Amino acid sequence: MTLVSAGAPAIACVDLRFAYAGGPLVLDVPDFAIARGRTVFLHGPSGCGKTTLLGLLAGVLRATGGRVQVLGSDLATMRGGQRDAFRAAHIGYVFQQFNLIPYLSAFDNIALPCRLDAGRRARLGRTSLDAAVREVAGQLDIAELLDRRATELSVGQQQRVAAARALLGTPELVICDEPTSSLDADRRESFLELLFASVRRTQATLLFVSHDPALASLFDEVRSLPAINRAARREAA
Amino acid sequence: MRTLLALAWRSLRNRPLTTVLTIAAVALSLTLLLGVEQARRGMRESFTGTIRGTDLIVGARGGTTQLLLGSVFGIGSPTGRVPWPVYQRYASHPAIRWTVPLVIGDSHRGFRVLGTTAAIFEHWRFRSTGRLTFAQGRAMRGDAEVVLGSEVAAQLGYAIGATVVVGHGLNAVAGLGDHEAHPFTVVGILARTFTPLDRALFVTLDGIEAMHEPEGGEAHAGEAHADEAHDERADSATAIADAHVHDADTARAAPPLMPGAPAPPVMPGASPPPTMPGAPPAPAMRFTDEPRALSAFLVGTRTRYETLLLQREINQDRAEPLTAVVPGVTLAELWRTLGTIEGGLRLVGVLTVVIGLLGMLVALYSSLEARRREMAVLRAIGARPATIVALLVFESGVVTLVGCLAGLVLVVGGFALAQPLIEASTGVHLPLRWPGATEWGYVAATLVAGLLIGLVPAWRAYRASLADGLSPRL
Repeated sequence: MTLVSAGAPAIACVDLRFAYAGGPLVLDVPDFAIARGRTVFLHGPSGCGKTTLLGLLAGVLRATGGRVQVLGSDLATMRGGQRDAFRAAHIGYVFQQFNLIPYLSAFDNIALPCRLDAGRRARLGRTSLDAAVREVAGQLDIAELLDRRATELSVGQQQRVAAARALLGTPELVICDEPTSSLDADRRESFLELLFASVRRTQATLLFVSHDPALASLFDEVRSLPAINRAARREAA
Repeated sequence: MRTLLALAWRSLRNRPLTTVLTIAAVALSLTLLLGVEQARRGMRESFTGTIRGTDLIVGARGGTTQLLLGSVFGIGSPTGRVPWPVYQRYASHPAIRWTVPLVIGDSHRGFRVLGTTAAIFEHWRFRSTGRLTFAQGRAMRGDAEVVLGSEVAAQLGYAIGATVVVGHGLNAVAGLGDHEAHPFTVVGILARTFTPLDRALFVTLDGIEAMHEPEGGEAHAGEAHADEAHDERADSATAIADAHVHDADTARAAPPLMPGAPAPPVMPGASPPPTMPGAPPAPAMRFTDEPRALSAFLVGTRTRYETLLLQREINQDRAEPLTAVVPGVTLAELWRTLGTIEGGLRLVGVLTVVIGLLGMLVALYSSLEARRREMAVLRAIGARPATIVALLVFESGVVTLVGCLAGLVLVVGGFALAQPLIEASTGVHLPLRWPGATEWGYVAATLVAGLLIGLVPAWRAYRASLADGLSPRL
């Protein structure tokens, strides 16, 4: 169903255009590619279309035109259900904040993608869900918090639980939408250290979006969305 | 699927107050609907089961409802009277298996007195299998014996051996027109039946007659017998005398009640008994076996087919204008006239369920705004829009299901608890029944309606999650 070719780049957008219904063009990206296994820092001021681009890459939004290839599959040609299944199986996603289902425990939050989607569950191989959750929780230093309810966790702990959920089942692509913006400097650093360690271990591709250039030095590559988005340039001009 | 159900369940538990209140609204509204239905069915069974086993009730020509109400429920006055020879004629009719005469018209402290025979205890059935049984004592035999319905005994505190003075006329005020000269002794008390019989006293036909004798009537007994031969209607009178040997044996003969009156003199309930203690008997009058008149009589036939033939025959009786009703048919007709009330009650119940479900809709709908983030998170981890819809439909489904179960428990438990109270306060026996097809239909309809109503917030969440994607506009 969702063919993921090992040799294909993690992300390859060609002539990607997107406009909300009846609105002006928000994104016009002639060429945007990320190789497998890279950690990429994508920055830009708020309102430049960052979240829209992430929605397209995650398959929640559908491109108005052009190609959106993720792991070799063109999301632009997939039907909605296929994109959802693709996202469930291959993409880990971390929000800015409020990442967790409030009425579930940390454990259940981390395990939820595998419980909702058989494809994601299959990625665990022979490892039991319980063991996999405990392992990824250990990497992110939240093993002690697994029984707590999401609402009982601090913001920093919540973000680590969110990262653990995104990494469970070792998805090929991890997308983070300003996950550290609600953290103070100390917590930001420890969060990023844990995230990077886990991403490197699974050799996942990390696309990290932020408006904070101070973090850029930690990444393999740094991209500027205004630089690759012609729609934003036109608007600025 | 299971994950989603668990998710819906936890989501609801996360909002315990709203959830419990919503479930309570659904449960209580369903309880009302089912309770109305249960009570309606119970009352109908109780009502239409008031008299069973009797194929026909025969009275003077008149309205069928009036005959039924008067003879079975003791409501209103009897349609008229059935002369004794007419009763005799039908009692020996080949199609008839048994008859029970009824004389209505007297009362004791607000309870009606039925003049009848002990056969009534054998033949009167109620509800499906109910038979009249004696809680204490036995059937009345002599003309000074009385059997009490359970409620009469309970309310008036009478026990076996108590003395009862019967008043004349229905609903007579105590003391006015009491037949004090002829007190009755309680010889039996019936077990409770939850029929109008609980509120009745039973005496023999002789008892009724004896009661209506003027004081000192016994003094004329001898004369009465002496005059018998002169009676122009001796033939019929003799026949009756033979049929009621007991009458003759006790020689409790009746003096003339209305000298010179052409109609049969004893007409219980129709006119106050003229008391003429000192008046000499008119020579041409019979005393002992003056044909008595009945208010009505119950008939048991041999077959259902004969019942219908007999009913027609009686209704077309040329000699005497009579009305015969099939009690079950007339009870059902009577119940149907109450149908509008039933319909109204049911409508109220249905509307309450609708209101309960609308409460759930409001609760779910208003929670959605706060849950848009949750929906975005679910979408981010791969949930389809359909999954979001399913989650919300499951939530309303769980609320409705739990509400329905609680409602069923409340109805069944409530009736079990309230039954004695209802019986004590209204005398209506509501049989405990497991909900029938109608009730299950209501439960199923409520469940379906709950799920359908769940589609409304689900649809909104679906639209919102499509528009929001991963970035709900908070």
